[in-house]
Amino acid sequence: MKNNFIEGLRDGIPIALGYLSVSFSIGIMALSSGLNVFQGAFMSITNVTSAGQFAGLAVIASGGAIPELILTQLIINLRYALMSLSLSQKLPEKITLWQRMIIAFANTDEIFAVAMNHNKSLTFPYMIGLQSLPIIGWTGGTVLGAIAGQVLPSAVSSALNVALYGMFIAIVVPTAVKIRPVLIVAVLAAFLSCVIYYIPLFSGISTGTSIIICTVSASAIGAVIFPVPQKADGA
Amino acid sequence: MIYLYIIIMALVTYMIRAIPMTVFRKKITNKFVCSFLYYVPYACLTAMTVPAVFYATKNFVSALAGVGVAVVLACCRRSLVTVAAGACIAVFIAEQIFMTGLM
Repeated sequence: MKNNFIEGLRDGIPIALGYLSVSFSIGIMALSSGLNVFQGAFMSITNVTSAGQFAGLAVIASGGAIPELILTQLIINLRYALMSLSLSQKLPEKITLWQRMIIAFANTDEIFAVAMNHNKSLTFPYMIGLQSLPIIGWTGGTVLGAIAGQVLPSAVSSALNVALYGMFIAIVVPTAVKIRPVLIVAVLAAFLSCVIYYIPLFSGISTGTSIIICTVSASAIGAVIFPVPQKADGA
Repeated sequence: MIYLYIIIMALVTYMIRAIPMTVFRKKITNKFVCSFLYYVPYACLTAMTVPAVFYATKNFVSALAGVGVAVVLACCRRSLVTVAAGACIAVFIAEQIFMTGLM
């Protein structure tokens, strides 16, 4: 049990480091949106989501109404429902309802990806270990960003911006190289994402909605053309 | 008022994450659904990265350098943190070269 927790902690270190840099910018944005350092930290520790918090801060800064806030969060974070559904399938049946409710709290993109790539059976201690440091990193980075963000040289912050994308690449590329259907689904998702981004007709589609459209269509097409054999673990 | 906004955000986000994880506890056997869920993370992470990563830095060239280094390191099966750090360093170096080249 204890070893599982420590293994989770270790797997969470790179995520925590990535979050520390990304949440820096959340901290800066929180202050410019009218929040104080504590409110920024409170938002990060209760939400633990990059795109959702960016969007939420934009609504707060523009004095938006609560229905608008709810709708933005629903649309931008809807991808987590897909991830939770996927992760739920990989969790062993012996994990209880309460444990699932705790695991669900910080099911972020990266924690989800690492958990799905974990080649052993997932345990509750492992999931708690995996989530601990990233939550601390996410909240800590927000505080640091809010306090010291203004003094960071722009050359450094520009370089730190790709940290998160580097992690995404590290998750997708090795599998895509090995398994052709994953490569095709990933290329399809990238293509659709570019179509929505570059073609003016789709300029009204927000980033969150675009992610949902690309994810659902590319995955559905992949599932129809390349059904995964039933015995595949985690599928 | 700000706290109310933050709490609503947190609740909506939590419900989205918790409901699918607590309601769907039986193993799904439908082949399409299983296959669909298998592809979701790859499609989602790719859609979030492309093309956004090319606009995350000061210029396109430095972003391209970061992505190139990340892909090569990922192909060599380096750890998440090595790939992320490699991408950051590549962007930093590319921007130094590019900026001095302009001046």
